[in-house]
Amino acid sequence: MINVHLVLFLAFGVIALAGAINLLAQTHPINSALSLIAVMAALAGEYLLLGAEFVAAVQVIVYAGAIMVLFVFVIMLLNAGVEEHTRGSRVAVLFGIPGMLLGSLLVAWVVLRHSGTEAVAAGALPGAPKTIGPLLFHEFLLPFEITSILILIAIMGAVVLASKPPTAPPPIPGSAAIPGPRKVN
Amino acid sequence: MVPLSYYLVLSGILFACGVAGFLIKRNIITIFMSIELMLNGVNLSFVAFAAHWHALAGQVFVFFVMVVAAAEAAVGLAIIIAVYRTRETLNVDQVNLLKL
Amino acid sequence: MPIWIYILASVIKSAVVLLVLLTAVAYTVWLERKVVGHIQNRWGPTRVGPFGLLQPVADGLKFLFKEDLTAPHVYKPLYIAAPLIAVVFALTSIAVIPFGNPITIAGYSIPLQVTTDVNTGLLLILGVTSIGVYGVALAGWSSNNKYSLLGGLRASAQMVSYEISLGLSLVGVLIMAGSFNLREIVDAQAGHFLGFIPRWNVFPQFIGFFCYIMAAYAETNRIPFDLPEAETELVAGYHTEYSAMKFAMFFMAEYANMITVACLATLLFFGGWHGPLFGPPILQAILPVFWFAAKVFVFLFLYIWVRGTLPRFRYDQLMAFGWKFLLPLSLVNLIGTAIAVAW
Repeated sequence: MINVHLVLFLAFGVIALAGAINLLAQTHPINSALSLIAVMAALAGEYLLLGAEFVAAVQVIVYAGAIMVLFVFVIMLLNAGVEEHTRGSRVAVLFGIPGMLLGSLLVAWVVLRHSGTEAVAAGALPGAPKTIGPLLFHEFLLPFEITSILILIAIMGAVVLASKPPTAPPPIPGSAAIPGPRKVN
Repeated sequence: MVPLSYYLVLSGILFACGVAGFLIKRNIITIFMSIELMLNGVNLSFVAFAAHWHALAGQVFVFFVMVVAAAEAAVGLAIIIAVYRTRETLNVDQVNLLKL
Repeated sequence: MPIWIYILASVIKSAVVLLVLLTAVAYTVWLERKVVGHIQNRWGPTRVGPFGLLQPVADGLKFLFKEDLTAPHVYKPLYIAAPLIAVVFALTSIAVIPFGNPITIAGYSIPLQVTTDVNTGLLLILGVTSIGVYGVALAGWSSNNKYSLLGGLRASAQMVSYEISLGLSLVGVLIMAGSFNLREIVDAQAGHFLGFIPRWNVFPQFIGFFCYIMAAYAETNRIPFDLPEAETELVAGYHTEYSAMKFAMFFMAEYANMITVACLATLLFFGGWHGPLFGPPILQAILPVFWFAAKVFVFLFLYIWVRGTLPRFRYDQLMAFGWKFLLPLSLVNLIGTAIAVAW
């Protein structure tokens, strides 16, 4: 009997990992953005496996559908080109990569060893909107309201930061005293 | 049945990729995307723990993380646009002065 | 039910729905040309077949055999992927839409919808359609052309802006039905007010319906919000550099999105497949699907009517309308509905 849950977990996991590594490997930001979207979609699949259907839907709508569209929009707006490479330090290559591999192997070994066979069942915890809602609006009401204020502040901050500063016309040398039509440059 | 540790390892690797991207990337937008990748890795472990301990609160935390990520994306991208307007570059190595 | 019957039913349903959807897309194009033609006091297509009915076939053949031009300066991988993204996600979103009561064949109850009854069907549609914007945005960017880029920028900004109003306008309906499940939303609308007015959500939720239709027109890039492909300013907007089948894919995506929007409007606001039932049992089995199709047709006609009637907005007007009028209006509707239901 094939373990369908495990197969799906591995499939989505491989997509997520490939996307994450591709994000690092690509030099153009738009390719990185697209691989990040793939990661997010694969994670939505993992959430479905864990029974969190509402989180999965919100993941796709908010992350892939809104936040990443914003990223793509800014990349297009600024016409961001291929990343310029700076010379990396040799120490980082010599020690960084083996160190990282060693560290991640160590962590993986510890995690795999200590939580052993405890299983997460498919759909163990039905995260339907009907069960999430009361929790969000009763037990977590205060954090919820605070995040709404956070969002409001973020919106105002974004508008202030991104809007063009009031363009005072730069003083043109020698022309201050001359009345008449302003020079256009 | 998938052991909880598998989910945690996946989430850890995603987080590590995010950290690596944050460190090695030179484009501000890509650095910013690496931060989003880290948040996603954390979200995965939240949901996995929620399923493991049968505590729905874990899934609620994911919403808060998403809200913070959205707020951060809005402000961060606005900052990027402001930086690009004054410096004409997206390379963090060239954004090294406190004033113009 | 045995797994193989389930798989067989799914395959048959997918094939039938895809076939019907693609035919509907082709004939919506025909209908649009015909109706807009009559609105503008001309005939529309008349040459191919009676009333020009074979025009979609001719157009399809033409698209297939045309030379597929690729401009030399495009960014190829995304240039090719963009129309695929657009059309795939446009066709996917129809999968969760139910179009009738479950039918019983040989003792097995088969729901009339491609997937099984998804609990969060509406969220799924919103998610899939919100991914669809990448098709347009990437097409604009990868074409490496200023008109395309402007079209792509406009599309992504417009869709993100109007998605909020779209979502909020639906929340009123969700509060009244108390479910994300499309089937339950439809069944909550069975019956009549006062004995003769159908219990459709459009009557208590007419503000929500107005917001939905406005936002949906903007989401599908249709007149009066078709700024991403405004011919008079941007040549053809995001699909300026596309030809042959790739162009046809964008066209199909646009019309498939229109049909999805019309289906959603029917399900959420106009009682879905509920309508008067009469006649022998076989007719009673077919009538719900007929009512559903008829309501969808009305919405498609409305699309075309609006196209033939209204001029295009200016871009700043579009943004001002979305943020300063539509968003507050849908919020007011949401709060009003919540108060009324809590009463």
